[in-house]
Amino acid sequence: MDNVYSCFFSDMGFLNVAISLIIGISTLIMIRIFYVIYWSSKPLYSKPPGPLSTLIVLGSGGHTAEMLNLLAVMQMDRFKPRYYIAAATDNMSLQKARVLEDSLIKKAEVEVVGTSHFLQIYRSREVGQSYVTSVGTTLIALTHALWLMIKIRPQVILCNGPGTCIPLCVIAFFFKVLGIRWSSIFYVESIARVRRLSLSGLLLYKLRMVDQLFVQWPQLKSKYPRANYVGRLM
Amino acid sequence: MFKSSCLLIISCSEKVKQKIGEYRMGESHDSVKSKRIVFVTVGTTCFDSLVRAVDTQESTGEDGSLSVDYFTFSSSIAEYLKSASLVISHAGSGSIFETLRLKKPLIVVVNEDLMDNHQSELAEELAERNHLFCVFPQTLYQTISGMDLGSLVAYQPGDATPVANFINRFLGFNDE
Repeated sequence: MDNVYSCFFSDMGFLNVAISLIIGISTLIMIRIFYVIYWSSKPLYSKPPGPLSTLIVLGSGGHTAEMLNLLAVMQMDRFKPRYYIAAATDNMSLQKARVLEDSLIKKAEVEVVGTSHFLQIYRSREVGQSYVTSVGTTLIALTHALWLMIKIRPQVILCNGPGTCIPLCVIAFFFKVLGIRWSSIFYVESIARVRRLSLSGLLLYKLRMVDQLFVQWPQLKSKYPRANYVGRLM
Repeated sequence: MFKSSCLLIISCSEKVKQKIGEYRMGESHDSVKSKRIVFVTVGTTCFDSLVRAVDTQESTGEDGSLSVDYFTFSSSIAEYLKSASLVISHAGSGSIFETLRLKKPLIVVVNEDLMDNHQSELAEELAERNHLFCVFPQTLYQTISGMDLGSLVAYQPGDATPVANFINRFLGFNDE
């Protein structure tokens, strides 16, 4: 009889320890998440840092045009090395980025040779793809995103809306929580979004996963108070 | 709706191009020199209802003397935009801003067949600010007949520097 009771109590003890550990670790993670969210919204460095590695997410349609428009007014010697990422099925975006980088080399104001990289990422889901196969392709896309993020570990991320930016931003957020790399994530909502945020923007805004979210129309500023209204970029 | 001195250039899908080709064979093309050009673009989308609205008997004149030129894809439409005196476009932000930057009169046609038609938000907002006209394929004809191009206000190009400055300050870079 004693044996049964002692087994029972040691099992209980083990269970207690396991539960306490889980609660303890979860609490630590929650505290860390709140810490990350709080400090992400604050300016990062008090004095000028050296060049920061930057991930630039490009997307089809107007996204790439708007991103290149922004990059044209940014000082490239502060943001290097630059990693441009576009979806594997997007043929034009990386080409346009290369044109921008080539024009920088021609201007030769800045030491730019060898500081830009062009990468492709698998899309979670193509337009019209069945939802059944989408589960598989999304997992592949997430794994690929994780692989790329581990390799790049950027200090700055610039994105403006394509679905490809979501896995990258979510992974970057978790890297921050786990202390792997602190990235400053900047999201500029597309100029085509006047009254509602895009799905990407809404997700990142609600989950507080970006450091700063920029909107181009005043209607969005009133709807989403934590967003920064910066007027039209185009 | 278009005078016979106009040249209509349409960028459209392959399917529509074939349909146009079928009944346009045997037409002679007049020289471009003395013509005004209306450029119609559907961007990289499928927007057959716009092409149909533009290419009707009504719009091209009973005698078919309107010249129509069409292509399926061009990596840059800048040259076409520059030579146009009127642009009719789908609601893509790229087409819209490229046209406004060149200060061309613009009519944006909203594609109701598109799911999640967020594009129309931009066209409607810019129309409210009188930078362009915003219509549906069905109302294109009325709008063109009754429009006053003088009522359009030039769009002042935007500026990305406030965002760049914000990012710089946030990261601790000093501005010169």
